[in-house]
Amino acid sequence: MDAVTSASPRIILICSGKGGVGKTTLTANLGIALARLGERTVVLDADFGLRNLDLLLGLENRIVYTAQEVLAETCRLEQALVKHKQEPNLALLPAGNPRMLEWLTPEDMQRIVAMVAERADYVLIDCPAGIEDGFKNAAAAAREAIVITTPEVSAVRDADRVIGLLNTRGVAPVQLVLNRVRPKMMASQEMLGVDDVTDILALPLVGLVVEDEQVIVSTNRGEPLTLNGNGSPAAKAYQNIARRLRGEDVPLEDPSKARRGLRARLMNKIRKTTGLF
Amino acid sequence: MTLFDFLQRLLGRQKPSGTMAKERLQLVLAHDRSDLNPELLEQMRREILEVVQRYVEIDLEEGDVSLETEDRVTALVANLPIKRARPLPALVAAAAAVGMAQAPDAEPAPQELAVPLASEPAEEPSPADPD
Repeated sequence: MDAVTSASPRIILICSGKGGVGKTTLTANLGIALARLGERTVVLDADFGLRNLDLLLGLENRIVYTAQEVLAETCRLEQALVKHKQEPNLALLPAGNPRMLEWLTPEDMQRIVAMVAERADYVLIDCPAGIEDGFKNAAAAAREAIVITTPEVSAVRDADRVIGLLNTRGVAPVQLVLNRVRPKMMASQEMLGVDDVTDILALPLVGLVVEDEQVIVSTNRGEPLTLNGNGSPAAKAYQNIARRLRGEDVPLEDPSKARRGLRARLMNKIRKTTGLF
Repeated sequence: MTLFDFLQRLLGRQKPSGTMAKERLQLVLAHDRSDLNPELLEQMRREILEVVQRYVEIDLEEGDVSLETEDRVTALVANLPIKRARPLPALVAAAAAVGMAQAPDAEPAPQELAVPLASEPAEEPSPADPD
């Protein structure tokens, strides 16, 4: 372990309310990106009913123990933490397995996170969808949160509920990631714009991820985009989120307003006024 | 976008769907956040109008009581055009006592009352209270 241990590790809940908006993908990519920046990072899959973080990280065959065994003291924490081979700064801890008989309680969650936090700079908690017990468990141990949403009415509405619950629990700061952005549709106003979503949810934006086919490819392979440092737009976006979390000032650019040159600007103008293309 | 949609937009008959999404969201979130169902809101609206009507005659056709939301703060906004104040001397005296008197033959003027509500539904007992 490093001699220079940060006194208080960042414990960040990654949640959305609605399922399928990209929580787990964000957790996996952010985990790798932070680890590559030298941060000792643990990603905790709090969604043990439908756990998938192992699959996205390509670690599905290496899970032997879970947080449940650690809490029951049938194994040590080191045995349950699954280290990523290519990125040893990153470890995965599943909260439990789908066959688990007893659900974890918020107190269990606090205990396991406290144990993990002793050996990490960042703990990312992948929250289950919904706002019921699974969410409450996952939120119990979090200090801050990232809410991820897509520019769709259902996702934004659910995000709003989650933000309300985080506020009443005193989790702060809460920051926003807008996922699956389609700049063309935004420019022609056939999709909620970046400003629309940030206005409605009134949260500071920590990242914008454009819709990117490479996300699907990387999921198929079990290798997060940030692992190989390829230049795909989503990979870049995830890396930038990691840098912003560490306090770096990385400018955020609204891709639907990107101005690349006179021609692009003109086309944008035409697109906006006519809704064509 | 289909050609039909395009023509509709060109003629100004249809808003772009992103704009509609924003408007619909703002409305539904105002209700979600206040945790008031439409029935309760309607009841409250009626009662507010009743109280206001005791003091002034208002234009029921034009009157509007609704929830609006901005920056995660939901406000109850009442827009009630006043036809004239009730000429009851007792009422006028009572109002004058609290500095709210209005000339009996005042011009109809819409009065906007904005009452901020709690921004979050009270679902959790308190942040300190573990469940």
